[in-house]
Parts: sequence; structure tokens; C-alpha cells
Amino acid sequence: MTNTIVPAVPQPAYPPGSHPDLPPPRNLVGPVAWVRENFFGSVTDTLLTLVGLYLLYLMVPAILDFTILDAVIDADSRVQCQERGSGACWALIVERFQLSLYAFYPEEERWRVNLSFVLMFVALGPVLFDKFPMRKVGFVFSVIYPFLAGWLLLGHFGLEPVSTSLWGGVMLTLVIGVTGITFSLPIGIVLALGRASNLPALRTLCTVFIEFIRGVPLITLLYVASTMLNYFLPPGTSFDLLLRVLIMVTLFASGYVAEVIRGGLQSLPKGQFEAADAMGLNYWQSMRLIVLPQALKVSIPGIVNTFIGLYKDTTLVIIIGLLDVLGIMRASLSDPQWNGLAAEAYIYTAVFFFISCFAMSRYSIYLEKKLHTGHKR
Amino acid sequence: MTADIIAVESGTSNPLLRLWRNKETRGVIIQVVTVFMVFAFVNWLVTNAISNLDALGKGFSYSFLSKSADYDIGFSPFIDYTSQSPHLKAYLVGLQNTLVIAVAGIVLATIVGFIMGVLRLSHNFIMNKLAYCYVEIIRNVPVLLWILFVHGAVISTLPKPRTFDGVDATLFFTNRGLYMPAPDFHPLALATLIAFVLGVIGTFIYVRYAKRKQVQTGQTSPVLPVSLGLVIGLPVAVLAMTGFPLEWNHPELDGFNFKGGFVIKPEFMALWIALSLYTSAFIAEIVRAGIQAVSYGQTEAAHALGLRHNRALQLVIIPQALRVIVPPLTSQYLNLTKNSSLAIAVSYYDIVATIGGISLNQTGREMECMILVLLTYLAISLMISAFMNWYNKRIKLVER
Repeated sequence: MTNTIVPAVPQPAYPPGSHPDLPPPRNLVGPVAWVRENFFGSVTDTLLTLVGLYLLYLMVPAILDFTILDAVIDADSRVQCQERGSGACWALIVERFQLSLYAFYPEEERWRVNLSFVLMFVALGPVLFDKFPMRKVGFVFSVIYPFLAGWLLLGHFGLEPVSTSLWGGVMLTLVIGVTGITFSLPIGIVLALGRASNLPALRTLCTVFIEFIRGVPLITLLYVASTMLNYFLPPGTSFDLLLRVLIMVTLFASGYVAEVIRGGLQSLPKGQFEAADAMGLNYWQSMRLIVLPQALKVSIPGIVNTFIGLYKDTTLVIIIGLLDVLGIMRASLSDPQWNGLAAEAYIYTAVFFFISCFAMSRYSIYLEKKLHTGHKR
Repeated sequence: MTADIIAVESGTSNPLLRLWRNKETRGVIIQVVTVFMVFAFVNWLVTNAISNLDALGKGFSYSFLSKSADYDIGFSPFIDYTSQSPHLKAYLVGLQNTLVIAVAGIVLATIVGFIMGVLRLSHNFIMNKLAYCYVEIIRNVPVLLWILFVHGAVISTLPKPRTFDGVDATLFFTNRGLYMPAPDFHPLALATLIAFVLGVIGTFIYVRYAKRKQVQTGQTSPVLPVSLGLVIGLPVAVLAMTGFPLEWNHPELDGFNFKGGFVIKPEFMALWIALSLYTSAFIAEIVRAGIQAVSYGQTEAAHALGLRHNRALQLVIIPQALRVIVPPLTSQYLNLTKNSSLAIAVSYYDIVATIGGISLNQTGREMECMILVLLTYLAISLMISAFMNWYNKRIKLVER
């Protein structure tokens, strides 16, 4: 007879390993826990929350009052605006809206601007999204689009010619931006390949060009285009100021694009180049089929960022006297009827740029996610 | 013999085609042709330029640099400049102003950028979102627009100097600038300056000593208190010992504007704030990406070694994040320096506005002035990137 010790603990109701998962403690889930975690996690957190709330209290009502609650849309002049409300005078924007889009483009020809704007999205579709219907056909259109738009906007060959000195506003911003983006990519690729090539003379030339472009501000290049270029051409030749600006902006952007692509080329393992050689591909075949598809994929986010920068830099043309959207809005400040409405004019321009640049940067993030095939934590 | 074999291999007897199909000779041919074409193009440009300049009777010479500039420059903190000074001096003043705005902008942009970058990573919901809005709003609007906007805001919201009639204050924020007292230096104040320089040198020596001691013995030294004492405490002590030989020159209202004191012009303020804020948004993103690039395992490993959170940050995470942060940070510094050329939009006299603007228009020497401006920017850029390459090499991971 042995004394059996009866275990003090009660028998488990479940066999080992089959206990159901219990819900987390109630103070770790739900809105209260979320608030505690995100707002009052520690002393510093609480302080930050209070500072943040105070900032919001300072900014949000003031901004709402100025832009919406006290704002005036319907007025004929600044004086009337001030009589009707203490906030922003959006009447200026209402009156200048058409001007800010087309500037001095003849009114009866503005359908051409609208048409090229709509066609731009048709041309962009197949380039941006790989699930676009009929992508192959779309690509052909994308390639001919810049020339088609050029014809539509400039005229000749059956359309009424419109001088580029009448161009301006949003339209000019888009023309400079789109031209720069379209042509700087191929030039940038060639420059990057040149800089990575093993022919010393070619490499030196490309390096010098890229470093020069990246070493000087765009505004000095635009000055060169507007004041000095005539010296370097045969006497008597002079060509359109806008064309000179477009060339400079394109060259400027291509220097930056080239550097981004060079980064992509350097990130490829050497084995890829050697494997391409071993397959018996010649230089252009190996670049086209093996190297560039991989290098470009890596550098696409950087390229898009360069394009956003280029798009914002188009505003610099106002310094050499072209009237882009910023220039048009700024010119309205000196109108005696509306003078002094700097905040309204600048906010309108800023919103325009914000929308387009934010859309581009979102697209870049989308691409980055789509192309990300590596490991992610 | 070998020539025959090559001919057989390439399947042709045409010697030119044979040369073209040989990889080495093809490379040489391509390079010779390219260099020749570039040379011809440059030659064409230069010939055109010479004949155009001749036709205008100008020639190419920098002798105008020693002639009197005949225009005023409203902002020159370190160089004495009058309208009788030569163009060369105007160029130097412009260069000085470019460097001043670049340095001031880099300092402010770095501070704001790091704060915003860290806030972007904070767990605090409100601060995180505020920092996000700040970054997105600032960087998606052109810098020129920011400069004009801030300039407009400074000019229109700050009061006129006259409104301060009878007001007793040390700082005056007016739409003609920020006026503050300027120290009048007494010869004895030189002692304080010497003490400061000695303090900085002493700190350097102490830091090196502390590092060597730590490497050899593993003992850490109180680096921060000692450096603070040397850099701040020592000059203050000397200042007290010499009996505060400083007199403040207070700005005083005289007619429509203030006289005396030290003034920061509204153009400078606008450009400084706008450039710094714009660049800080990019720096914030770089800092965020850099800290996120350090794998979380590093933090865990540091904690497992028994390091407290601050020490883990200081010894493990930040050194690794810096390696990711520094290269793009450099290019942001370069961008800020180049963007400072937009000074011309608010009439701040930087190098583009002086030699590339007013001097150019007065003398009609477009070519000479623009070449000078371009070369100056190139030199600044190359110097910054050379310095950063050196720094990069220093902090790079040493691998096989």
C-alpha cells in the first residue's frame, strides 16, 4: 500500500495542445488601447501629442477660415472682395482661370490645346500601366504623340499657325515638362551607357558632360540659352526662345537621368554582362535584352523622382521672361484691380503643382511596390 | 598569316569590313570618329563666337573686372563694398552671398530635416501625420514658388519700421528686415575669441584621446560635458575675467527706418527660410529611409548585448544609418547651393544676380560673365562632392 499523492491542481478540461486560443486582454485591443498606444505611450509621447494638438488648434481653424469660411468667390475687384469677406479672394482665380490655363493662345484655337491634353492621357496609359488594353498598339501612339501634339499646338500643315510667344500658363508648363521628360530619357540612357562603356574617349566625354550639367544650376543654363546662344550660331541665325529653353531643359534633365541609370547599371552583378557576352550577343543586343531591362527596373523610382524635379523646375522659365502658370499668376499681382493678392495667386499655383507632383510620386511608390521582388520584412 | 585567318573567320576579304568586325579596332574607330565630331562641333561654335564677337567689336577680355561697378549691393556681411568698387569685388561679394546663404541654409535644413525625419518614424499618430503632411506639401511645390511665397509673406505680414516708434525692445521684426543689436568689439574681446579657438582645438584633442583610450582599455570618458565646458565654458569664463568688454550697438529708429545694429534683410530671410524648408523635406525623407534601412535585427542584437536604448541608437543604429544617409544628403546640399541661384527672384545679391545679372547688363560682356558664373558653380560643386567622397570613403564598411 503506497500513499498516492493526489495532485492539487484540477485536471485540465482539455487534452494537452488543444486549448483554444484566448482573446487578448481587453486593455490591449480596441480603440482605447489604440489611443493609449499611439498618443500616450510615454511621457514624451504625451508631450508630443499635446504639442501636436496645439499646432492643429492653431492651424486648422485659421486655414479653414481663410480658404473657405470667410472666402469670397464672387467679386469684381479686390476692394469688393474686402467688403464681402475677410478671407481669401478667390474671385481673382475665377477671373484668371482661362488665362492661367491657355495664356494668350487664340480663343478659337483652344480646342487644339484641349485635344492634345486629352490625347496625352491616351498616350500615357500604355506607358504607365502594363494591364492597359491593346498595349502594343498604344505604344505606337505614345511614340508618335509628342510630334502629333507639337503639330496640334504649333499649327502649319492645315492648321492655323500659332506663335510660341503666345504660349503660356498651365499649357506651357505641361509642354516644357512633357518635352523634357520624353526626350531626356533616351538621351539619359545613351549618356549612362557611354559613361559605363569601356571606350576611354567616349567615357570621358560622357562623364565631363554629365558632371558639367549636374554642377551648374538650371537657371544659369537658361540664361546661356536666352542671352548667349546667339553668339555660338552663324551670324544671322536665331531660333525660337521656347525651343532653346526646351533644349536646355532636356539636356539638363538627361544629365540627372543618366546618373540615376548609372546607379542601376552599377547595381547589376558583373555576371550578367559576362553571361550576355558568353551568349554571343553583340553590344547593343546584350544591352537591349539583358542589361537595360534589369538596370532600368532598378532605377525607375529614381527616374520618376528626377522627372518630378524637372516638372517643378519648369517654373524657372519665368526668370528669363516666359510666362508659365506661375508667371501668369504672378503677373496678375501687378494688375491695379487685383494687386496685393499674392497669397491667393500663389496658393492656386501651389495646389496645381501639388496635385500633379503628388500624383507622380504616388505612381512612383506604386511602381516601387510592383517591381519589388526581393525580400521584405 | 594571322590576317588570312581573320579574313577566313569573318568571311570577307574586304579589309575595311575586316577592321570593323574586329572588336578592338572597332572601338578605336568609334572613338576617333566621336572625338573628331565633338572637336569639329566645338570648333564650329568657337569660330562662330569669335566672328560674332568681332562683328560686334567686343573681343574676349576680362579687363572689365577692374573697372568701377557703379551699382550698390544691399547685402554684404563680410566684405566692404561701395558702388565705386570694381566688378571683381562685386563678383566676390556675390560669391560671398552665395556661400553665406548656402551655409546658413544647409545648417537650418539639416536641423529641421532630421527632426522631421525622426518624427516621421515616431509612434505618435498626430506627430507622424503632421510630419507626413509637412514633407508632402513642401516637396511637391516648386522651390521658386516657395521663395516668392515666403518673400511675399515676410514683406506683407511684418510691420513697417515706423510702427515701432517708442517701442523698447532688442529685436525688431520689420518688413525692412530683422534688426538686432550688434556687438562693438573692444580689443580685450580678442581674448574671448582666442579662448574659443583654443576650446575648439582642445575638444578635438580630447575626443581623439578619449577614443584611443576606449579602443585600448574599453573605458569611456565623459566626452560631452568636457567638450561643452571647453567650447562654451572657457570663452564665457574668459569673458567674465576680462570684465565683459562688450558694448551692444542697439538699432534705433531714424525717420522711416532703423539705424545701427545688425540687420538681416527680408530678401535674405525669405530665401533662407524657403530654401531651408524645401530642402528639409527631402532631408527628412532621406533620414527616414536611412534609419529604416538598418535591419531590426541590429536593434535586437544591441539590446541583447545589454545596451540601453540610447546607447544602442548611438553605437549601433545611427552609425549604420549614416552610411545610407550621407550620399543622398550630399546631393541635397549641392541642390540647395544650386537652388540659391534663384535669389535673383527676390533681389538677393548672389553670384548670379551680381556678376551674371547687373554687371552683365552694364558691361554687355555676356560671354565672360556667364563663363565666370558657370565655372564658379562647377568649382563649388566639385569641392563639395570631393569632400563628401572622402567622407564616404572614411565611413564605408571595410569588406574583403
